[in-house]
Amino acid sequence: MQSIIEFLNENGGELLLKTWEHLYISLIAVLLGIIVAVPLGIALTRIPKMAEVIMRIVSTIQTFPSLAILAFFVPILGVGKVPAIVALFFYSVLPILRNTYTGVKDVDKSFLEAGRGMGMNSWEIIRHVEIPFAIPIIMAGIRLSTVYLIGWATLASFIGAGGLGSYIFDGLNLYLPEFIIAGAIPSMIMAVVVDQVFARIERWVTPKGMRMKQQAA
Amino acid sequence: MLKFENVTKMYKKGVKAVNDISLSVKEGEFIVFIGPSGCGKTTTMKMINRLIEPTEGKISINGENILDKDPVKLRREIGYVIQQIGLFPHMTIEENISLVPRLLKWSEADRKNRAAELLKLVHMDPSYLKRYPHELSGGQQQRIGVLRALAAEPPLILMDEPFGALDPITRDGLQEEFKKLQKSLGKTIVFVTHDMDEAIKLADRIVILKDGAIVQVGTPDEILREPANEFVEEFIGKDRLVQAKPNVQTVEQIMNANPITITADRPIKEAIQIMKHHRVDTLLVVDDSRVLKGYIDVEIIDHTFKKSTYVGDIIKSDIFKVKRDTLVRDTIHSILKRGIKNVPIINEKDQLVGIVTRASLVDIVYDTIWGEEESLAKTI
Repeated sequence: MQSIIEFLNENGGELLLKTWEHLYISLIAVLLGIIVAVPLGIALTRIPKMAEVIMRIVSTIQTFPSLAILAFFVPILGVGKVPAIVALFFYSVLPILRNTYTGVKDVDKSFLEAGRGMGMNSWEIIRHVEIPFAIPIIMAGIRLSTVYLIGWATLASFIGAGGLGSYIFDGLNLYLPEFIIAGAIPSMIMAVVVDQVFARIERWVTPKGMRMKQQAA
Repeated sequence: MLKFENVTKMYKKGVKAVNDISLSVKEGEFIVFIGPSGCGKTTTMKMINRLIEPTEGKISINGENILDKDPVKLRREIGYVIQQIGLFPHMTIEENISLVPRLLKWSEADRKNRAAELLKLVHMDPSYLKRYPHELSGGQQQRIGVLRALAAEPPLILMDEPFGALDPITRDGLQEEFKKLQKSLGKTIVFVTHDMDEAIKLADRIVILKDGAIVQVGTPDEILREPANEFVEEFIGKDRLVQAKPNVQTVEQIMNANPITITADRPIKEAIQIMKHHRVDTLLVVDDSRVLKGYIDVEIIDHTFKKSTYVGDIIKSDIFKVKRDTLVRDTIHSILKRGIKNVPIINEKDQLVGIVTRASLVDIVYDTIWGEEESLAKTI
């Protein structure tokens, strides 16, 4: 207890800064992931044959060891936050892509026909039918992906991106357990809090009529 | 208004789903496509709003070839109702009804007014506007489905087995309601079904299809009286051919013109005496000017005799009644389907003029069978 208070006295300000760094590296990566994966996921539902192939490629990327990916971007993008965000972005894509694809693909065909028959163009079908139906599933993918990234972002400090990971690495190098804990616990808390916040958002973006329908069912 | 000229739809491998169909539909006409599954009725209908593109031939609306029009624009000018109802669960009833106006970029005020106005047409309370589809019964949902198709005032509406998923009683009610609505609005309807009862009840003209080709086109009466071939006969079914007995048309011709009645201010004891005297188990309750108010029967009296003294206290007012110019076949239908014992017949002023009972039906069936034997005897 004593040592925790002592640690906070000495490093409190820095800890806050690192936490902030950690959060924004993760969130920017997820944001990029959303921007790429959601449109891509919708586009894939239009070409089901290609979709399987592309999903397999993305799944394969996901299996690369995270440290290797981080290291891979160093020669191209150098060290610092940019390569870290790019590497994390690669990881964020798959869960969002998979959920968007499944969510949109599983929209009941009769609603698509109703939309088309009433004279919706392709964009209106996406906006008024497919997205509202798939949004809970897409959001679940985003949430999952964010929680993963917060964990993986600790590795980002390995290539000089900062964040809570730097405490963990310092602690490992210097054998200072309080540093390891100072890195691990805030990132755990962050993951739990972000998970809760995203769960709220998930509920909030689910259209009201569908929320009530789920409850009724 | 709508014209098919030698329309063919061919799928890969040379399978013809629709083969050389020509047909022309007048403004305000209610056309029903009917046939066994796989006969091409739905395909034919979907070619009208280009959900399916014809391979050969020409379809025109008011002289304009639909293939020259932008399909999205075309569909917004044609109402569309599907079997699964297809109301969007994430939109309120108001948003669902005013969807096509929204696509057409009407102002919000106009859309709201239109939705409220339409809801009145089907006698639903305005409070439904803010509700969501899952809060409504199946019958109410399909009413909204129909309103949605009417929203942008299209002159032509396509309906793909719209009442198929509903229970028989709801369906019966909705069909009647819809037929009235269609007559009053003067819309042209193309309606697909596999239910002959529905077709006979709704259609101005029935188009019978088989294997992608038209077998017979005609009014329900023409088809019932002169089926083109054995397939049509079989498809219609023997019992309906019996019902189509030509010399009996309206219920007025078969009803009993002296139904046993009572007024609401009489004591129940008197009601029982009347029942006993006339050997009936049901009395129709009318007021002084013979306007039908409801009915009482032995069961009701039996349950409530001790608690009430006057007929007015125990009267049942939710009674199924028909106008005197209703066709016999529709009434027979209701009697058989709803399992009711009798149907009071009223005139335009809601005054009681007669009653059709199950016994009256026996007379018709007897006449028909006996009539048939007689004509058989002649031919021999």
